[in-house]
Amino acid sequence: MRELVRFRLNGKPATLDVDSDRTLLWALRIDLQLTGTKYGCGESYCGACTVLVDNRAERSCQIRVKDVQNKDVVTIEGLAENGKLHPLQQAFVDHDALQCGYCTSGMILNAYALLKTNPTPSQAQIVAGMDDNLCRCGAHKRIIEAIQTAAREMKGS
Amino acid sequence: MERDSDLQLDPSSESVAAQVSRRAFLKAFGGGIFILFVAGDLPRLVEMSEALAARPELPTDFNAFLRIGEDGRVACYTGKIEMGQGVVTSLAQMMADELDVSLDSVDMVMGETELCPYDMGTWGSLTTRAFGPHLRAAAAEGRQVLLELASDQLKKPVNQLSVENGVVFDRSNRNVSVTYAQLAKGKQIARHASGKVPLKTPDQFKIMGRSITRRDAPVKVTGEAKYAADIQLPEMLYARILRPPSHAATLVDVDVSGAEQIEGVKVVRDGDLIAVLHRYPDVANDALAKIKARYNTPPSKLDENTIFDHLVSAAPEGEVVSKSGSLDRARQESTTLFENTYLDGYKAHAPMEPHAAVAHIEGDRVTVWPSSQNPFGVKEEVARALGMSAENVHVISPFVGGGFGGKSRNQQTVEAARLAKLTGKPVQVAWTRAEEFFFDSFRPAAVVKIKSGLDAKGHIHYWDYDVYFAGARGADHFYSIPNHRTVSRSAAWGAQGPHPFATGPWRAPGNNTNTFARESQIDVMAAKAGIDPVEFRLQHLADEKMKRVLKAAADKFGWKPMKTPSGRGFGVACGIDAGTWVATMAEVAVDKDSGKVTVKRVVCAQDMGLVINPEGATIQVEGCITMGLGYALKEDIRFKGGAVLDLNFDTYEIPRFSWLPRIETVLIDNPHSDPQGGGEPAIVTMGGVIANAIFDAVGARVLQMPMTPGRVRQAMRAG
Repeated sequence: MRELVRFRLNGKPATLDVDSDRTLLWALRIDLQLTGTKYGCGESYCGACTVLVDNRAERSCQIRVKDVQNKDVVTIEGLAENGKLHPLQQAFVDHDALQCGYCTSGMILNAYALLKTNPTPSQAQIVAGMDDNLCRCGAHKRIIEAIQTAAREMKGS
Repeated sequence: MERDSDLQLDPSSESVAAQVSRRAFLKAFGGGIFILFVAGDLPRLVEMSEALAARPELPTDFNAFLRIGEDGRVACYTGKIEMGQGVVTSLAQMMADELDVSLDSVDMVMGETELCPYDMGTWGSLTTRAFGPHLRAAAAEGRQVLLELASDQLKKPVNQLSVENGVVFDRSNRNVSVTYAQLAKGKQIARHASGKVPLKTPDQFKIMGRSITRRDAPVKVTGEAKYAADIQLPEMLYARILRPPSHAATLVDVDVSGAEQIEGVKVVRDGDLIAVLHRYPDVANDALAKIKARYNTPPSKLDENTIFDHLVSAAPEGEVVSKSGSLDRARQESTTLFENTYLDGYKAHAPMEPHAAVAHIEGDRVTVWPSSQNPFGVKEEVARALGMSAENVHVISPFVGGGFGGKSRNQQTVEAARLAKLTGKPVQVAWTRAEEFFFDSFRPAAVVKIKSGLDAKGHIHYWDYDVYFAGARGADHFYSIPNHRTVSRSAAWGAQGPHPFATGPWRAPGNNTNTFARESQIDVMAAKAGIDPVEFRLQHLADEKMKRVLKAAADKFGWKPMKTPSGRGFGVACGIDAGTWVATMAEVAVDKDSGKVTVKRVVCAQDMGLVINPEGATIQVEGCITMGLGYALKEDIRFKGGAVLDLNFDTYEIPRFSWLPRIETVLIDNPHSDPQGGGEPAIVTMGGVIANAIFDAVGARVLQMPMTPGRVRQAMRAG
């Protein structure tokens, strides 16, 4: 059903006047032209489409536009502030924590949500928290190291 | 611009036609200094000239070039593409170092068919080892041209000049200097690389041999990097295509009226292609669901269990890969004989980015943005499908979200191009994950039969190796065995043959299966001989490089010799792939009740010659080890009668964070040898090393990959 949905997107007010049953994934990618959020499997198994909704990691292929009414949505495009990479983004660059880069948006945003709830995770907690985000290139080791570095950087922030 | 006079700088004598086509090609680039070069071996060039025969407008005397621009920036134009393997960084390092410019001033222009001369696709770990040396030579040549120009301008002999960061200066007075940008200004000079300018030696490297973080990382962490499906054009339609339920199915009848009733949906039928298109993929998807189609599906008994007998019976005549001594006599002379059959199921490539393409037709020209390892192949295929000349097909290569050999076929791009023609609109075809699995060109299921024998002294005396359908890569052994024969029986990759669906190259094609079988069999014999498996290998190695690599792995791992099974869960395997020598050691834990295998630690040593980017090479090793856990332990495509049963990651599981062992990489210091492949070699040993570690842990020999808990339990009962 077509309806007006208001929410915050990457820190700014946003409205969508579309079929509110549309998945957030397609609304972001097509209506809002934010293509950093990727389609990977369409059924919530891979995590490539992960975005933040009220600071929680959500699979945008599984939620509807109407689900984000009045909520705060952050995509990978909204993480850097004033041209400065977020510590997680910077750590992914510094650790070479990516290869093809297709899973990277989802990895970073899932890690962001993880660090929000647990700012000082152990390695085992990182592994458990990231386990449902898939990477085919095998960057896992570097991703864990990047999250550890970012957690140290972000302490107190 | 002093074009014509400058062109005489070119030392090669060439036909007028070649000069004309080259000038036309370079015209688009404006000023600068161009070094044209040929990268590749003769078969490639033959293929290239065939591909180009019908298109005289393109130059045939080079397949890559670099340009020193009037702004001082340096660019390499190549038909290779970046799909995660990191060549966008390593190639830039080579070029910057040989030219004495900063890495920041180097651009890589890849897979853009209007700008880059013809190249075959990106595969076989060839980019660094086959392309790299030519790029370095061209860059060295470019530096020489610039030195000559500087010599003229500064009135100083070349041997008195040095270069730093793109500035040529007089060594006796640094104030006498000129920049590359100044030298290139207002000129268009083209020169063929002569190959006569010496390359830098490792002690002169400033950028090569250093660890550089990925140059494409910043755009990949911000979402800025564009992949094929991220290309969105005005009025573009998203297509969903009617797919058969099985590879053997044929369409009986179809009713598209339900789809046609949805507002804004276009239904297109052109022969075998039935598609629905809409401005939104979700609406197109809903429309597809309304199509009623009936198929005729012939019965088939083939599934993931019966396939192996089928393959053996359907195998073509073998090709002898290598042979020496007398097998019959050796068999008689052996005191202990061994005979095993090793099996390996179909594997999906499963890149995180499913195949996608955008096609846009304007007048008689078409532009496509494909996810492809093979942009020039796309050009030909799209031209053929649309019945137009290849010169009217422009391919722009976005980032590729993983390939692993699976993005060498271009079905989705041809579909997008056909639909763009039929609808008159730009069209995006982005496969769903189910389509990605269904249309994958799987790593072929394969069988390896090995008969071998030890003599009375415990030496391998006899080795008779038959591989079915994996391919010959990695089939040949590298041990000292007096009587041996290696035979490969294979079908060509593609849709035809005895497989129920398409097969194709999968990261280090063939070698994963072959190395699993060979290294397992070596361990079987070592165990019977009562000799530590590392010691046993060293006793049978005359290959000094492999000995060095194996010892390096053993040192790092802290290998202490013991007979197997020792209960420790330690394994070893060696392999050679893409010119790189690899030895891998692993520690596993096996749950004796469930049969579940946990890989705790992997140490991999490899000799890949000169290492351009140690960090980049290490990352490829880590990627190989992590990805290799999947085919060794879990990945296996289930199918029935041509229908693929695993269509998403719920049932086709790929390695996750929780599978990750401790990984340690050793790169052997060998800077005076040519650089070798890095994206594939370290994956080939993963099956063998895990099989051998499982045996060491629990005394069970698993002969089939993936080594699932069920197969481990079965082997424990048998053992």
